[in-house]
Amino acid sequence: MKAKTTSIVDVLKRLAQLLLVVIGATFLLSLLLRLLPVGLKELYVTGLFEEDRQRQIKELGLDRNAFSYYLHWLWDFVRGDFGRIVLPGGGGESVASHVGRALPKTLQLVFYTQIFALAVAIPLGILSAYRAGRRTDRFVSYGLFTAASVPNFVLGLLLALIVGAKLEWLPPLGYVPISESFVDHIRGMVLPVLSLGIPLIASYTRLLRTDVIATLREDFVTMAVAKGLSDRRILFTHVLRPSSVTLLTAAALNMGALIGGSLVIERVFSIPGLGTEIGFAIFGRQYFALQAYVALVAVGYVVFNSVIDVIVGIVDPRTRERRGA
Amino acid sequence: MRGVDIDVQAASSMGIVGESGSGKTVMCRAAMGLLRGGNVRSSGSVVFDGDEIGNLPSADVRKYFGTGMAMIFQDPMTALNPVRRIGSQLAESLVIRLGMNKKAARDRAAELLALVRIPDPEATLRKFPGQLSGGMRQRVVIATAIACKPKLLFADEPTTALDVTVQAQILELLSDLRRDLNMAMALVTHDLGVVANHTDYVTVLYAGLVVEQAPTTKLFTSMRMPYTEALLKSIPRLDQPSGGRMPMIGGRLPDPTNPEPGCPFAPRCPYVQDRCRSEVPPLTTAADGHVYRCFYPIGGHG
Repeated sequence: MKAKTTSIVDVLKRLAQLLLVVIGATFLLSLLLRLLPVGLKELYVTGLFEEDRQRQIKELGLDRNAFSYYLHWLWDFVRGDFGRIVLPGGGGESVASHVGRALPKTLQLVFYTQIFALAVAIPLGILSAYRAGRRTDRFVSYGLFTAASVPNFVLGLLLALIVGAKLEWLPPLGYVPISESFVDHIRGMVLPVLSLGIPLIASYTRLLRTDVIATLREDFVTMAVAKGLSDRRILFTHVLRPSSVTLLTAAALNMGALIGGSLVIERVFSIPGLGTEIGFAIFGRQYFALQAYVALVAVGYVVFNSVIDVIVGIVDPRTRERRGA
Repeated sequence: MRGVDIDVQAASSMGIVGESGSGKTVMCRAAMGLLRGGNVRSSGSVVFDGDEIGNLPSADVRKYFGTGMAMIFQDPMTALNPVRRIGSQLAESLVIRLGMNKKAARDRAAELLALVRIPDPEATLRKFPGQLSGGMRQRVVIATAIACKPKLLFADEPTTALDVTVQAQILELLSDLRRDLNMAMALVTHDLGVVANHTDYVTVLYAGLVVEQAPTTKLFTSMRMPYTEALLKSIPRLDQPSGGRMPMIGGRLPDPTNPEPGCPFAPRCPYVQDRCRSEVPPLTTAADGHVYRCFYPIGGHG
């Protein structure tokens, strides 16, 4: 088949594009480091003996020009060496070990949030499109509008206060690894996932509702009715798939935003994830660590988006044809 | 639409003609209860095989779909789900409506594709609609419609969206299938040539009204309604010298939301009389069964 012969070239092309995006993003990042209003030398290399000064400057790469600095940085980054937390005397903890501890927690949080948001939004979106303009639809959309207009940290604090502290149904804060206790792990994740997920549900439901309404007008839906299929079957087997491309794309874009942006919720619920590390790096002026974190978020963003591209291609073969594969 | 009374006899073929906007498609969909939405108001009765189905809830009417009634849509480019393979769309109704298991349904789907004369049915089962041409897609739509051996098939302009070269093949196929499966068929079209070749009876619609109804051969030899005559005259003919003006019907269809008194065709009728402008003529049945809606039919009242 035609699609198969071109797919390898396609994948390679796609990978080349991804590499370019990652390189461009990280290069800009390292330029930004040089453009900071504080000189890095004044920040990290003051009050030291001359000997230590020179060593520190060399270790941080401050003696190189921006381009050469970037190449060295990239080489280290690719090998998994993300630099160190800079201490005045040198020799802080490696950033990689921070990432190793923080990233899995954030990824868990983000995945649970997405699964929860999609699991609720898909039936809700279909239902409100199916009942478009009727009472159910209005009820769902007012409810979601209200939920979405509460900022997630307010939601988080309220949940922690009411469900966690007052009712004591769930722990108001803290993270328990799966290896320790699966049940406690899930219990600890419920409130942060709700706080991050509820505003997402609102936007996902709206997106899906719009696309489902458009799909319901298609001839093939009328034809499915004329085949004698039930409404439920038509909605889930004929309508959902062609309507889900916008939703999937939005979910992919949210991945990156969630990885870097769960900072506040991580702080509210004391989850030592990547968001928390990014916060520490900003307030502690650990710009080299920050560069590594942001670069990782950029890589994650690109990876998730290409994964979703593949999924979208499977879900809706029309998009594959349009790309000429 | 109003005053539409159409009776399709078992195993016969009824042509439904009329110009764009005369209500052909609406009639088909109304008969199958496929008109949905807030601005649909309907009354009347639909009787299928002795059962009144016009006022049943949608879910109950669907029990008749596939096995009792089926429909072929106008545009094969939009009638198939673009994200699902042909095989799964075709086998679906076999599994759901006839309770076949997946394997049997798949084999039957391949047989159906062969029945509608698609070369290499096995490969086609695995394709997406986007990989097929319009003619091939319409064959798939037909295969889907006849999958559960319906007694009555609505064909809503099945060839309008197709290339001229494919049109004849599809119509031929429909006629053959109808004979082999002993189905009744309501063929909607605006092409009188198609009606002449493929139907036993004809209903002519104008502005949502039945204006003439007769066995096909009779309609072409002795039409009563001036509108039918005008339709026939507006077919381009090869035996006339080229370069002349194409005969056409002057004026346009009346606004269906704001009907004026009198016969809807009166403003465009060459034989119009005063009475036609004030009263809607009733449907008249002549002694030979020829039904028409005209005060002053061509050839006089039969």
